[in-house]
Amino acid sequence: MKLSRIALAGIIAAGVATPAMADLVFPSLSYRTGPYAPNGIPFADGYADYFTLLNERDGGVEGAEIKLLECETGYNTAKGVECYESTKGEGSLVYQPLSTGITYQLIPKATADDIPVHSMGYGRTSAANGKVFSHIFNYPGTYWDAASIIIKYILSEEGGDIKGKKIALVYHNSAYGKEPIRTLEKLAEKHGYELMLLPVDHPGQEQKATWLQVRRDNPDYVLMWGWGVMNQVAIKEAASIRYPMDHFIGVWWSASENDTIPAGAGADGYKAITFHGVGSDFPIYEDLKKHVYDAGKAAGDGSNAGFVLYNRGMVAAMWAAEAARTAMKIHGTTDLTPAMMRDGMEALNVDDARLAELGLPGFTVPVKVSCANHGGPGLGAIQQWDAKAKTWSLITDFISADREIVDALIADDSAAYAKENNITPRECN
Amino acid sequence: MFYRETGEFKTSYKADQATFPIRFEFFVFWTVVVLAFAVVPFFINDYWEKAVFIPFFVYALGAIGLNILTGYCGQVSLGTGGFMAVGAYACYKLMTGLDIYIPMGFDDTGTMAYHTILLPPLNIVWCVLLGGVITAIVGMLFGLPSLRIKGFYLAVATLAAQFFLVWLFNKVPYFYNYSATGQITATETTLFGFAITGPNAAPVATYLFCLSFLFLFAWIARNLVRGRIGRSWMAIRDMDIAAEIIGVNPLMTKLSAFAVSSFYIGMAGALFFAVWHGAAEPTEAFSINQSFLVLFMIIIGGLGSIVGSLIGAAFMVLLPVLFKNIFVGAFGWPTDLSEYLQLMLVGALIIVFLIAEPHGIAALWRTTKEKLRMWPFPH
Repeated sequence: MKLSRIALAGIIAAGVATPAMADLVFPSLSYRTGPYAPNGIPFADGYADYFTLLNERDGGVEGAEIKLLECETGYNTAKGVECYESTKGEGSLVYQPLSTGITYQLIPKATADDIPVHSMGYGRTSAANGKVFSHIFNYPGTYWDAASIIIKYILSEEGGDIKGKKIALVYHNSAYGKEPIRTLEKLAEKHGYELMLLPVDHPGQEQKATWLQVRRDNPDYVLMWGWGVMNQVAIKEAASIRYPMDHFIGVWWSASENDTIPAGAGADGYKAITFHGVGSDFPIYEDLKKHVYDAGKAAGDGSNAGFVLYNRGMVAAMWAAEAARTAMKIHGTTDLTPAMMRDGMEALNVDDARLAELGLPGFTVPVKVSCANHGGPGLGAIQQWDAKAKTWSLITDFISADREIVDALIADDSAAYAKENNITPRECN
Repeated sequence: MFYRETGEFKTSYKADQATFPIRFEFFVFWTVVVLAFAVVPFFINDYWEKAVFIPFFVYALGAIGLNILTGYCGQVSLGTGGFMAVGAYACYKLMTGLDIYIPMGFDDTGTMAYHTILLPPLNIVWCVLLGGVITAIVGMLFGLPSLRIKGFYLAVATLAAQFFLVWLFNKVPYFYNYSATGQITATETTLFGFAITGPNAAPVATYLFCLSFLFLFAWIARNLVRGRIGRSWMAIRDMDIAAEIIGVNPLMTKLSAFAVSSFYIGMAGALFFAVWHGAAEPTEAFSINQSFLVLFMIIIGGLGSIVGSLIGAAFMVLLPVLFKNIFVGAFGWPTDLSEYLQLMLVGALIIVFLIAEPHGIAALWRTTKEKLRMWPFPH
């Protein structure tokens, strides 16, 4: 009886909360609270600021205004799904959940609702197979690409032979952290190294035992698949056991300033893989300053510009805007539907020349998506942290993944998914 | 005025023992039931289903389960999240076709030989029910220490269940069918030709499915706690030595409370995974936070009250959604500010309610009813 009253209040509140339709709706499932907020905030700010810039400078994409719908997920799957359900009815064009857990939930839902998902360098790796995953995109690279690139880099460091070496993986004990394991196991068979698995449970503040194990077994290299507060704790712990930092390599999600700065000088030499440029030394930042920062329209508190994850949010927004532009060209309209957006993403082609036009020369790898390949080029470079200057710098060129191993794994895993869910892979020409 | 008992004379035992002795309550109850079954399904959409109704039904079922154990039988449990995980994983194994390995001894090379039995995928109704049954068995196992330890110490023992079970489902690949990421994903299942799980399930189908479960099992629970079994639970809760002296068997009583409670929680876990989320990983979905959430629900709603479980679940599930819609949707405030405010407001409301009525909202409701009966001429 009381219950019905609470429900009634709910009905009234939800009735009030229906914003008007806008031209291009981009939902931003962000997390500005909780143990993952240090990473979620810069990404969300970068994502928002790029769209604000397009609105302020160009009046949106090809004249269609962009509307950003922000929804707080706290990196929590249940909240993420709630956000998806509450925003999908407003013409949301593409979802970027920034969480592998939420991505897994959205893969079947979004496909059924005909809305594309861009899990940029995270999520389900085998979604790179566009024949099975028609609505899921994970360009410019996948975890399996990252794992194989890091192993390639270690090979080059060790003069091409890592037989008998010990490589440890410190990972977030979730779908996200477990992603690279299979690839690393396959690569271990190929190259003959020994793989050590060290899971860290959410949220990752307690890692003493993990690093004691590292100290005892003394692996030659430590790889890390961490996120949120886990990253900085791991780097601090590694420094405290005096693990050689240049033998400690993180995935692109364990490679931002918030992860390395708390460890102070101890983090010097820490390495990580990345797929985009660092810093604010790009022409687009002049426009951002003029149209966004100085106009007081920066998202959040505006303190994150130029940070790694801010740049990553920006690159995500850039690919989304370019995909929308492509979709407009294909369908000859600026009034996009999610289905058209999907077509645009599948035909996306952002090469170096286009990046320069956008004020981002050399900012990231050129991406060309196709019907069969939703995973992009799968390139990554290794960057290293300089604790004195507090900057990242690229120490290698962009390296390509071990396609032989990765492609076979993607084919296997996507075939298994297709079988489980009765999907007939579509034809791509 | 509405709650006047005057003129409502009971002339039979049946009438005297009715769940709703006051005619007004009886009508309100059935109006809500008819609304829920016959009217809401015509207006429901994805958002209402996924963000409001299904979470409420799932947690209500879980809260009833925990209330049986903690509220009626007095055994504090912090293992709810772990038991929900048992229900979810059992449901997953059953819906994908359970594989059973029976060791048949060692062969010549010294490796263990197995006889494998592959069950066909079961109907979703059986998956949920058997998920509950399997959880009941696991719950009874973890309930065994309750015969020797009480109160806070038992809470710690059930806490061990929480951590052990989550660890188990994360560690042993058998439980997640050897998937690369340790995630379990619900396959599409149907009932009478309508999809209940999977991405193509219509909101109305999942809504009615979960509502039917809640209605049926809330009904059973209500009648269980009024009968002999429920009274023996309460006897144990109120004073176990006295109960033993008057002939209540503590072993059977405590274990039956653990079994029934875990059965409900297991079903809640199965619905949580299969119908609501469609996929889950143990560390996040069934963490200790779930245990606390359900415990808060029954404390706020009212220990030892079935309707209290429902009110508590509604309070904890719907309030955050309501605040979020008001702050972000209606006022357009930043999402992080809204999140923090919502945490503070829900926390403050919990404290307010507990000060105003330590026995939960259900007790508040009971007091209100008492007053309404006298109104407008109190003593």
